[in-house]
Amino acid sequence: MTRYIVRRLLQAIPLMFFISLVLFVMMRNMGDPLATMGGRTMTRSEDRARLTRQLGLDKPIIVQYVYWLIGNDWTKIDMDGNGVAETPGTRKGILRGDFGLSLVNRKSAMQVIMERLPNTLILMLTAEVVIITGSLLIGIYAALRQYSFTDNLVTTLSFIGYSMPIFFVALGLMYIFSVNFKAWGLPYLPTVGMFDPQIGKTFWQTVWHMILPVITIALTSFAANSRYVRSTMLEALSQDYIRTARSKGLPRRSIVFVHALKNASLPIITVVGLDLPFLLGGAIVTERIFAWPGMGRLFLDHVSRGDTPVVMGILMLIAISVIAFQIITDIVYAWLDPRIRYN
Amino acid sequence: MAKRGIPDPQPALSKIEGPVSALDELETPILTLSQLAWRRFRRHKMAVAGVIILILLVAYCIGGAFIFSESYANHTDTSLRLQPPAAEHPFGTDTTGRDILARTIYGGQISLLIGLTAMILEITVGVLIGAVTGFFGGWLDNILMRFTEAVLIVPQIFLLLVMAKFFGGNVPNIVFLGREFSGSVIVIVFIIGLTAWPYTARIVRAQFLSIKENEFILAARATGTSTWGIIFRHILPNSIAPIVVAATLGVANAITLEAYISFLGLGVRPPTATWGNMLEGAYNYIDQGVYWLWLFPGLLILFIVLSINFVGDGLRDALDPRSRAV
Repeated sequence: MTRYIVRRLLQAIPLMFFISLVLFVMMRNMGDPLATMGGRTMTRSEDRARLTRQLGLDKPIIVQYVYWLIGNDWTKIDMDGNGVAETPGTRKGILRGDFGLSLVNRKSAMQVIMERLPNTLILMLTAEVVIITGSLLIGIYAALRQYSFTDNLVTTLSFIGYSMPIFFVALGLMYIFSVNFKAWGLPYLPTVGMFDPQIGKTFWQTVWHMILPVITIALTSFAANSRYVRSTMLEALSQDYIRTARSKGLPRRSIVFVHALKNASLPIITVVGLDLPFLLGGAIVTERIFAWPGMGRLFLDHVSRGDTPVVMGILMLIAISVIAFQIITDIVYAWLDPRIRYN
Repeated sequence: MAKRGIPDPQPALSKIEGPVSALDELETPILTLSQLAWRRFRRHKMAVAGVIILILLVAYCIGGAFIFSESYANHTDTSLRLQPPAAEHPFGTDTTGRDILARTIYGGQISLLIGLTAMILEITVGVLIGAVTGFFGGWLDNILMRFTEAVLIVPQIFLLLVMAKFFGGNVPNIVFLGREFSGSVIVIVFIIGLTAWPYTARIVRAQFLSIKENEFILAARATGTSTWGIIFRHILPNSIAPIVVAATLGVANAITLEAYISFLGLGVRPPTATWGNMLEGAYNYIDQGVYWLWLFPGLLILFIVLSINFVGDGLRDALDPRSRAV
């Protein structure tokens, strides 16, 4: 097992180098980051040149990548532009946990990301809990009543949900529960932000503001997941040991939830485990529409300004979490099913 | 094969040896593979409904062009901005006073075009790479599979946004079939095709890996068939079913992705309309009760994606050779 994990990690390293290099080159060729820097306009060309040197933007792209990766504190950089490198570099590089400085506001990119990460996690984890509970309930219910009216209805609805673009769900929910409820004089849900600035960031404010985004994310994911639960449950329920359990006279509840669900949960865990990091991606649209101050919106804002350190930081965090969750899923899988051996 | 569509009155009874499968075979007339597939497809009611909706949507996008001209669809009149649906503008007008009905027609053409061309690009690249890696294996397989893994590490939407920004800097407009398009259409097709092919490549590779071990491949090799002949004449036709399904779903996926990128403002640039970029910024006006900005293009995206998904599901059932239902 340990060897398997080590091998997976070793395999992941070249992948990370490759994808980071490609993304870095793209990010650095997206127009002039100095042009949009923090709203300041640099009229003097020598200011611009000095800043370019300071940020290392004058170096060849591969050198910039190396500085981003392992830092430049082992070498000297030419700050005054006379061709002689005299100032020692200060960056440590992403491999030593230094994401660099954001080109937008000169704050540490790590700090910028970490300010937003909890907001995204709150939203995503709540949504994931809702998705798992909901799709388990719907899936098991549909499996127990295969081909009934409810089952067919759930099947049709899940196809619709699966095909629904997130923005359409979001705008529809907003229109009904916020705009129209307000017009009808009912208690209405807020459409933007994480809390009402006049009340402040309290627990209940966050919950209240989270309802619509969470439902939006959950509605589109229920579909695929509940279909999946349904089919694995149907497969488990047709096994011989279920018949044995039934003939022993075990109560239906324990047959369904203990005997069948336990075995059906294996593939479900795979799907959930592999989906989790991708929820971060699904958040981009949701966060944009509901003006949720999370990582997805941060990514959007900083991509359009060509802010390499922040964007690369977010992408690397997501790539690492994708790999981590792949490995964790494999481990959990082997732990739950003793028949599985990795070697 | 006998005459198409006419059931043989005497099903090949004499040819059946042994009583095992006789009952099964007796009830069914002899049909070609495609006839069998069509029969199964017809039984999938939602898939048939999907085909009908698809035909209607295509008719809407193409037929509508005979009623409204493109210059009408792109005509701005700020005195008429955000008009609710009424007789003159059945779907209302947008933030610069353009007619939404006409824009959904021309936007639909672009969305369909993007969906189809991105799918063709994705399937071509995916099938070629999947076939080569699956057939030859070795170091080539290793490198290409690592490459697909690398692409799959970062969720597609992030890759798309970075690439859309990277390639979408200053693309000149292009003139095609006498009409002017924003060059960003090409960029979007290109990046969706480029990020989606690993999914197809993996499916095709898996197919090739299992099919190449069959005896008929050995036979083909023994009779001196060239390597490319084996790949394209013998293995590829046998793995067509999953490719057709992937292609169908690929169209729906490409249309959705285009809508996402355009919705986030990095996709197809105005004045060229797509169903996606018509939705851009619609949420800014939602508090004023403006629903027509997002409802109509959103519904059209939903309908097309839903019907394509149903067709894909029907094809999956119909083309599955293990499926015994007739």
